[in-house]
Amino acid sequence: MTTTEGTPLTSADLAGNGVYGNDPDVLGKFGIFGGRYVPEALIPALDEVAAEYDKARSDLEFLREFDHLLRTYAGRPTTLTEVPRFAEQAGGARILLKREDLTHTGAHKINNVLGQALLTKRLGKTRVIAETGAGQHGVATATAAALMGLECVIYMGAVDCERQALNVARMKLLGATVIPVTNGSQTLKDAINEAFRDWVTNVDHTHYLFGTVAGPHPFPEIVRDFARIIGVEARRQILELTGRLPDAVAAAVGGGSNAIGIFHAFINDKSVQLHGYEAGGRGVETGEHALTLTEGSVGVLHGSRTYVLQDEEGQTIESHSISAGLDYPGVGPEHAWLKDSGRATYHGITDAEAMDAFSLLARTEGIIPAIESSHALAGALKLGRELGPEATILVNLSGRGDKDMGTAMKYFNL
Amino acid sequence: MTTLQTVFEKARAENRAALVGYLPAGFPTKDGAVAAATAMVEAGCDVIEIGLPYSDPLMDGPTIQDAVHRSLTNGTRIADVMRTVEGVAKSGAATLVMTYWNPVDRYGAERFARDLASAGGVGTITPDLTPEESEPWLAASKEAGLGTVFLVAPSSPDERIARVAACCTGFVYAASLMGVTGARESVNVAAEGLVERTRPHTSLPVCVGLGVGNGRQAAEVAAYADGVIVGSAFIRRLLDAPDEASGLAAVRELAHELAEGVRR
Ligand SMILES: Cc1ncc(COP(=O)(O)O)c(C=O)c1O
Repeated sequence: MTTTEGTPLTSADLAGNGVYGNDPDVLGKFGIFGGRYVPEALIPALDEVAAEYDKARSDLEFLREFDHLLRTYAGRPTTLTEVPRFAEQAGGARILLKREDLTHTGAHKINNVLGQALLTKRLGKTRVIAETGAGQHGVATATAAALMGLECVIYMGAVDCERQALNVARMKLLGATVIPVTNGSQTLKDAINEAFRDWVTNVDHTHYLFGTVAGPHPFPEIVRDFARIIGVEARRQILELTGRLPDAVAAAVGGGSNAIGIFHAFINDKSVQLHGYEAGGRGVETGEHALTLTEGSVGVLHGSRTYVLQDEEGQTIESHSISAGLDYPGVGPEHAWLKDSGRATYHGITDAEAMDAFSLLARTEGIIPAIESSHALAGALKLGRELGPEATILVNLSGRGDKDMGTAMKYFNL
Repeated sequence: MTTLQTVFEKARAENRAALVGYLPAGFPTKDGAVAAATAMVEAGCDVIEIGLPYSDPLMDGPTIQDAVHRSLTNGTRIADVMRTVEGVAKSGAATLVMTYWNPVDRYGAERFARDLASAGGVGTITPDLTPEESEPWLAASKEAGLGTVFLVAPSSPDERIARVAACCTGFVYAASLMGVTGARESVNVAAEGLVERTRPHTSLPVCVGLGVGNGRQAAEVAAYADGVIVGSAFIRRLLDAPDEASGLAAVRELAHELAEGVRR
């Protein structure tokens, strides 16, 4: 599909249900994962969102509007940057970064948010709510709400409010109400609980603008589709630049949206390895980590069957990560399925490894990455040493590090 | 053991609604929960729902969240939930477990059903288990002779109500409002309409919960529903009590008031 001017639609391949495969079944399942485990009161709202999205995804008018926003507001397409000085530490492999940090608001979250904000208008709803960990999804949601004249309420764990104070101020400036969540671990998982409670109460005029590829069907599918522009662009760009597909694609995994966003266009390219990097926190042996896929077990959290950090009686175990955006004991069901099917591989990166990669990229390339994205960078360093100097690795630089200066100042004694 | 069927038959014979009380296991303490539930039964509750404390209770308001948090901090485990059921069932009430799905899933559906039945439980209420995902639990419950209770909500269209009701044995739980658990100033007017919309789809009793907290509200709901479900208001009494004895007296007093309400 092309626009009237004849330029290809960046988001055009969102249309065509099933063309790219890997769509969930009618119950929202990816294999055994996904589905809906939610109060019955929310089923009609989820059905409504799913039905409207089904119409929207094949409506050229909707796709044009989305595309227009991605180009003229979010700053797409984002560039690819080769980072040879950084790659010296990766055994000489070629490393290319997909620069989602250069989007408006500074992270990949804006892609999904613009899509869902348009969907909110189609649904005739006037209020959006969202959870946020690092604050990037909250900032993106507050931004889209300001742009489209929607009321906006953001739930954020009190611990996260503190470590991402800058983003709290940004959201407020954008006109959003930020509600610190003080129960449980006071991080992302509790913010999600609180957002669900709001949604069930205000569902008649409110859309829950879910920020990652987790949660009940249809969120994993919708968020993925709005994020997959990352991989669609990157695949085209890397072919143009290097004349071939990369050997591996690396991304950080919190809930999994930036990872699925860049993986998805490569799923059918069997020669391309897909690697996801979870937060190893203080190390697997300390129990203080967010290694959901690598250390968790299959269960139900936040409306979806997936891998979960849980004890033997199904109680969620609190996660830990230096990066708020990866500090989550669940993960999107499509990743659970990619893991079990063997198509993607998931690994842990400790806080210390991530912070080393964070400072290395800053010093060698003049790019300050988000701490979340630094997990993918640390992964790429290891991967490069494994794959050798002939290898090309594509890394999703999902966001920029401005929001992390407080953490960096403490960590590096700046 | 008192069954749900005998409870509702008895209530109908007395021309009143049944009174259903909720308390999480392990709150205020492991033994305290049995004592409080027993007091509730002695003062007029026909059915007790024992909540299985879960780390992520996304359908619950602040009062139940608070109680559940304390219970988990007290170290409540599934074995304690079963022991609580055993203790409460002795009081003569039909005793159910209300639980989010993940703890049952993890424990094993068949094992959970077997253990609950041998503890004297008569069934479960599963607020986040949808009919689409209910098959393993329906099978395990049937095998163990347990009732299954699912929820309908004011937002449920008639097809959903039919689908949910078809999964229920024992009774159908009508959530009075769109929202989380917690006592409210008044019971939502939508509740009566929801009960009316549910009737054509089931011959089972229909009970109303969420937002009921005093005798007046219980009487109002009892006029159109077969059962009145009260949770947060009992917990509030226990949370506000300076010590265990006055907590017990307070829940007893509330149960009396509610029992009088369902008989008005
Ligand atoms: C820059 C950045 N990267 C990654 C993530 C993790 O989320 P996801 O796994 O959904 O991409 C976040 C979340 O806040 C983020 O801000």
